[in-house]
Amino acid sequence: MDDLLLNQFLLLGAVLFCVGVYGVLARRNAVLVLMSIELILNSVNINLVAFGAMHGSVAGAVFALFVIAIAAAEVGVGLAIVLLIYRNRKSVDLDDMAEMKG
Amino acid sequence: MVAQNLFFYAIAAMIVLSAIRVVTSQNVVHAALYLVAVLAGVGAQYVLLTAEFVAATQVLVYIGAIIVLLLFGVMLTRSRIGRDQDLTHKHWMAGAATAALLFGVMAYSLIDEYGWTRTPLPADTRIAHVDGSNTATVSDAVFGQYLVPFEVISVVLLAALVGAIVLARRD
Repeated sequence: MDDLLLNQFLLLGAVLFCVGVYGVLARRNAVLVLMSIELILNSVNINLVAFGAMHGSVAGAVFALFVIAIAAAEVGVGLAIVLLIYRNRKSVDLDDMAEMKG
Repeated sequence: MVAQNLFFYAIAAMIVLSAIRVVTSQNVVHAALYLVAVLAGVGAQYVLLTAEFVAATQVLVYIGAIIVLLLFGVMLTRSRIGRDQDLTHKHWMAGAATAALLFGVMAYSLIDEYGWTRTPLPADTRIAHVDGSNTATVSDAVFGQYLVPFEVISVVLLAALVGAIVLARRD
């Protein structure tokens, strides 16, 4: 137990990912679902940086930076869509949006 | 137990507890503030993994920009600021079962594959040895080997920005 184990970081990422998946499945407010997606993206970043450290390469850190940039774009577009839904329906409750239901 | 391990477990406990509050809190603003704690903790883990530049970017982009954007989203959609009992779906048990099952599968496969693999301590890593700075190595990689993806990311960001403005504009 003198070193940091790779699995410490991977399991932390797994916990964070599963909490995020629970948030996406169980929340009804669209903004809260976007927050849960941020949790998922962060868990992936932990994995990327941990694997990069294990291999002694910066590729993991570079990919984590790319993921952070994509996450910023995702939140921007996602919130614009949520705002548009709110403007049309006066609600961001995901249970109300069932027009596409077969 | 080295100091890194102590810090790892303390920060990991903080991250997991805050993350659970993010997905269970009945107040949208509280959830956003707990998300700040999660993001700061993840940034601290990057420092433990000797990725200082990613940690700095995490603080600037996530805590500085994305949280503000999310809080604007909360305000503009007039989610009630205060307690709101309807934030969680009535079938949340199914979501919890799915997440638990997923974690079981992932934990089993991770422990099976990487059981006791070590990450080298910062002093041993090859990254730390290049000019004494990890950030310089990251910038060399971004503007060398990964130049094309970097440029593509900037176009993606521009497209997302234009798309967000077009979507949110009133006319």
